[in-house]
Amino acid sequence: MRRAAATILRKDLRLERRTGETVPAMALFTLTAFVLFHFGLQRGELDGELAAGVLLVTLLLASVLGVTRLFAAEQEEGGLDAFLLSPADRTALLVAKAAALFLFLAALELVAVPVFAVILLGPGPSAGTWLEVAGILALLDLGLAVVGTLVSALAAQTRARELIAPIVGLPLLVPALIAAAHALAPLLYAGAPGAVPGRWLAVLGLYDSVFALLAYALFDFLLED
Amino acid sequence: MGAGAPPAIEVAGLARRHGERRALSGVSFAVPAGATLAVFGANGAGKSTLLRVLASLLRPHAGTVRVLGEELPRAAWKVRGRVGFAGHEPLLYRALSPRENLTYHARLHSTGAERVEAVLAEAGLRARAEDPVRTLSRGMVQRLAVCRAVLHDPEILLLDEPRANLDPAGAAALAPLLAGRTTVLTSHDPARGLAGADLALGLAGGRQAFLAPAAELSASDVERLYA
Amino acid sequence: MHGTRLRGLSILTVLTIGTALVLVFFYAPNEADQGFVQKIFYLHVPLAIVALGGFVFGGIQAIQHLRTRETRYDLRSYVAIHLSLILAVGVLLTGSIWAKASWGHWWVWDEPTLVSFLIVFLLYATYQPLRFAIEDPERQARYASVFAVVAGAFVPLNFIAVRLAQNLVHPRVLGTTGGNMPGSMRLTFLISLAGMVLLFATLWKYEMASKNAAMQLKKLRRRLLEREPQPV
Repeated sequence: MRRAAATILRKDLRLERRTGETVPAMALFTLTAFVLFHFGLQRGELDGELAAGVLLVTLLLASVLGVTRLFAAEQEEGGLDAFLLSPADRTALLVAKAAALFLFLAALELVAVPVFAVILLGPGPSAGTWLEVAGILALLDLGLAVVGTLVSALAAQTRARELIAPIVGLPLLVPALIAAAHALAPLLYAGAPGAVPGRWLAVLGLYDSVFALLAYALFDFLLED
Repeated sequence: MGAGAPPAIEVAGLARRHGERRALSGVSFAVPAGATLAVFGANGAGKSTLLRVLASLLRPHAGTVRVLGEELPRAAWKVRGRVGFAGHEPLLYRALSPRENLTYHARLHSTGAERVEAVLAEAGLRARAEDPVRTLSRGMVQRLAVCRAVLHDPEILLLDEPRANLDPAGAAALAPLLAGRTTVLTSHDPARGLAGADLALGLAGGRQAFLAPAAELSASDVERLYA
Repeated sequence: MHGTRLRGLSILTVLTIGTALVLVFFYAPNEADQGFVQKIFYLHVPLAIVALGGFVFGGIQAIQHLRTRETRYDLRSYVAIHLSLILAVGVLLTGSIWAKASWGHWWVWDEPTLVSFLIVFLLYATYQPLRFAIEDPERQARYASVFAVVAGAFVPLNFIAVRLAQNLVHPRVLGTTGGNMPGSMRLTFLISLAGMVLLFATLWKYEMASKNAAMQLKKLRRRLLEREPQPV
């Protein structure tokens, strides 16, 4: 299973490097959204809860928009059939796609978060705190990756694919957003940051675990015919 | 092919719905190991559906399907590595090269890289092995698709209109790769289809119109399906 | 199959709801702070409890469907979710009315049940669009079941997150006088709850019977059409 998952992941990364369909579009969307927020909120500097909210909601929307491509490409080029014909374990596809989405999100954040810090964030936290920010984002990305893969697979074979994925995915992501926002907000104040309430990391962890289990149990049903 | 050896493919009373419509109904046949079955029928008669059921891409809604002694879909996982399928779609990534595509499939099937090179050479695709698939002609794409189907050296081969888009050179290049396997293929060319087959199955509206050794049928028997 | 016992159940439902209404208006005391308007509690909370139960029931039927592939489980799941969605709208409406009457705002973010229901509603509102976006009936049922299971597991997770996000210092906005409900209120509440459960069960059975009949009709019609000679 691991080898098949690695093979699929490598293929997806190679395809993304070569065609660049997903990450650049998500990045562009994110940066544009920051600009929209600046003008919409009429603020040049954000901190604390407002900053966490703008950053996280933008990332969430970007991820859900990018998620439709995850399986759509397989759908269009018949890659799904090719995988189903092989003796590879079905779960390998779930693991590979979730891992790919996680890496895409990480790549997105590597660009988006510094830009956010520069153009929208106020004085902002110290260097060490950024590590904690990264940790929270990583936990969130895990949840985004699993839910995104599940929703993408669900939407891939439907008619209004680009609409179904967001409207199903976004409500599902609300608990993760709540937890991430509450965890992130204290860190985005200038100077001495607030402590991250461990409770919210626990909620994020619970969320990730529950959805990972659900995805593992249900994914096969989305693949067969 | 010894006498008394179980058939490579056994289908009995196969039925498959597509929504309200009957895509396949009451289809029954057996293909001995090493034999070739040609499936004829007009568009929409159920040929592609039948092949996809045999490939375990679709599950039967009624009846039994046995491939290499294993019942589908329950034991499909046991035979996936021993069946090759080339359908309407080439199942290739257009942005990747032939070599990359075949290597990907080889790894999924736990097949070695040498086999990829051997198949590329045999099919005459060595020269274009590094170019993205979207730059290849339709004939070459079809050749590559068949390569993908035989890459893991399957005992059973399922080909949906294998001659589509192929030039005579391409067909000739592929012939050795296809030989020696139990084959089920669909065909729109009655004369040629019958010539290359041991058994012939005719489908009309999902139902079995005829099943007979190819030698006993003439092209006009098949053409009646298109009336 | 579902039409049997429907009349008896309907009568029982009407009786229970009638009793509940009598109790609510003539027996249960007016609450000290909120006055008469608090009585909407007897509608709002049973709606919420039964809607949640309906979503969970829909999820369980969906699991059965995925395990056995029998379409009757899918139908049960669909009807349960469909009805619960309507109830959820009722929760939002009654909650909003209660908030307006008690606090002067049509919406309060501090009430965890109301907020959770908003999110749950947004999720389950996608159930039917999802189904209609898939043409093949077998796949439609299968995907709907996957959705129902995910959504069913999501509901408690969502409640936890929303509840934790409430400012814990601020007391529950829409509640009754703490946990100590006087006996008369408790009785009224239980009867109201029973009435709501029975109403859901009756509507569910009614819709199941109706849909089953429609399906049988379609099946017979299909069989009739296939008897006609096919051109070869």
